[in-house]
Amino acid sequence: MSLHLGRNRPRTDADAKGTATAAAAATTPPLSPPSSSGGLLDVFRRRYVLKLLVRREIAARYQGSVLGMLWSYVQPLVRFLMYYFVLGELIGFNRRVEYFGIHLFAGMVIIHYFTETFSAGTRSIVRNSAIVKKMAMPREMFPVASMLVSAYHTIPQMVILAVACVLAGWQPDGVGLLAGLLGMSIIAVLGTALALFFSAANVFFRDFSNIVATLTTFVHFSVPMIYPFTRVPSRFGDGAAVEIYLLNPLAEAVLLMQRCFWTGVTSDPATTASVINPDNVDAGGHMPDYLFTRGLAQLAFSLVVLVIAQVVFTRLENKFPERL
Amino acid sequence: MTQSIVCNGVTKNFTMRYHRTIKQMSVAKLRRQKLGEDFLAVDDVSFSVEQGEAIGLMGLNGSGKSTLLKVINGVMRPDSGSVLTRGRIAGLIATGAGFHPQLTGRDNVFLNAAILGMSERETNAKFGDIVEFADIGKFLDTPVGHYSSGMFARLGFAVAVHTDSDIFLVDEVLAVGDRPFKRKCMARMEEIRRTGRTLFYVSHAPGSVRKMCDRVLVLEKGKLAFDGPVDDGIKFLHYDDSDEDDVNSEDVDDDLGADI
Repeated sequence: MSLHLGRNRPRTDADAKGTATAAAAATTPPLSPPSSSGGLLDVFRRRYVLKLLVRREIAARYQGSVLGMLWSYVQPLVRFLMYYFVLGELIGFNRRVEYFGIHLFAGMVIIHYFTETFSAGTRSIVRNSAIVKKMAMPREMFPVASMLVSAYHTIPQMVILAVACVLAGWQPDGVGLLAGLLGMSIIAVLGTALALFFSAANVFFRDFSNIVATLTTFVHFSVPMIYPFTRVPSRFGDGAAVEIYLLNPLAEAVLLMQRCFWTGVTSDPATTASVINPDNVDAGGHMPDYLFTRGLAQLAFSLVVLVIAQVVFTRLENKFPERL
Repeated sequence: MTQSIVCNGVTKNFTMRYHRTIKQMSVAKLRRQKLGEDFLAVDDVSFSVEQGEAIGLMGLNGSGKSTLLKVINGVMRPDSGSVLTRGRIAGLIATGAGFHPQLTGRDNVFLNAAILGMSERETNAKFGDIVEFADIGKFLDTPVGHYSSGMFARLGFAVAVHTDSDIFLVDEVLAVGDRPFKRKCMARMEEIRRTGRTLFYVSHAPGSVRKMCDRVLVLEKGKLAFDGPVDDGIKFLHYDDSDEDDVNSEDVDDDLGADI
């Protein structure tokens, strides 16, 4: 460990004197490669830089705009109202799904977190090309900072969601809160992994930021938030189609979030949280079977993706300075 | 003596791509043009530097000096061979690169220092010196995007020279500063040298290399062509051929103007 820490560790006064005289060979650090090679681990070793980068992003993102931070909420709010009126009122899910607004918003909060991480993370290396080209630091820092900035913007949305739930008579339960935590973890890990991978790919071909924009439009329709999950088995039957649908970690994360916030506000939380009856999807159950098993498997899968993304990133990173 | 920088067979290869879109690439394929070309920027360079040595790195434009500096700095990794360094590296290379135009000078100083490896406490302790050296006065709390190029560069230099480092790299970047500031930088470099830190100095100016360095490396088309005493190195490069010999080297640098 000391191998990588050599040049970046915080110094004590004694070290500074050692530098000044160079005679105190006892305190000299060992010979080590000047470029960082610890990947994500280095990012967390240098938390102070990460903290400043995150703060910089937050401060700089909306400078010079009158509404400032509010812009983080205008877009989700408009999208929420649009879905609420078109799908809730026009299509009629408001009558068929209890508290459809909360059902929708619980999904949107986490999906917004994901898409923000994904798209801002993908652009992060190219946007910081001035630093990447000229200063030695773990480049994983930038996608990770994007993920943390997105998380920072998600907090107020979570608060709004929780307040709305309380006003609707929310009965939080331990299992539900665990489900929410699991859902958030899946999104955080998967978002970081994809941000890492696509930020590196974007250096070589800027097409990738457009690919990401296309993928994120698809995301909203591939998860059960603008329609209840019961629609999937009732339309496609309870079988392979549902299994394939649930292979999507985002769909699983949204269901976990709904298990956390939404089921507790319905008139009969126990029934809503129960497994869908395949013969009668309108019987009251809204959750798939093995919700937690699937969730944990998705989290494990996301961690594997993260490891793969790190390996790819490290390989591509060598060419960053010349391709930016 | 302890070794400070050890380069062993360092090679850095660049791939130049001529075509970036599918259309251009397929047209090029049809015409049987090359899609890209390899280019050895640094070719099998080996040397070792002792702690406290002052090295002048010289060579014509395009000989690979900056690439070698980036490899030592850790921005690039060598494709083959290895680079080992001891201790923290700072320098007048890419100064101000980490600056964010929308943040104030103060915020940028902290961020830049952190990237260079300084802790919050260290930066706080040096902050006064940095501000005094940069001499940007009341502009400290305005966004650096509004700075003049000289102010921007001065602030970047100020952070770099106040970073506690064991190895100090200097690229030929002093051109932006005004004269008093250049003087200040040179004085600071002398001081760094005196304190026993390793100095690695890229320059075209024989005068300042003579003044600062006790060993010269010359790169030629990516290969290490010369490694030895300063005067021999300058002779090797034929930088002493012209009438510069008769003139006081200090004046030559002044005539050359920009590149200290």
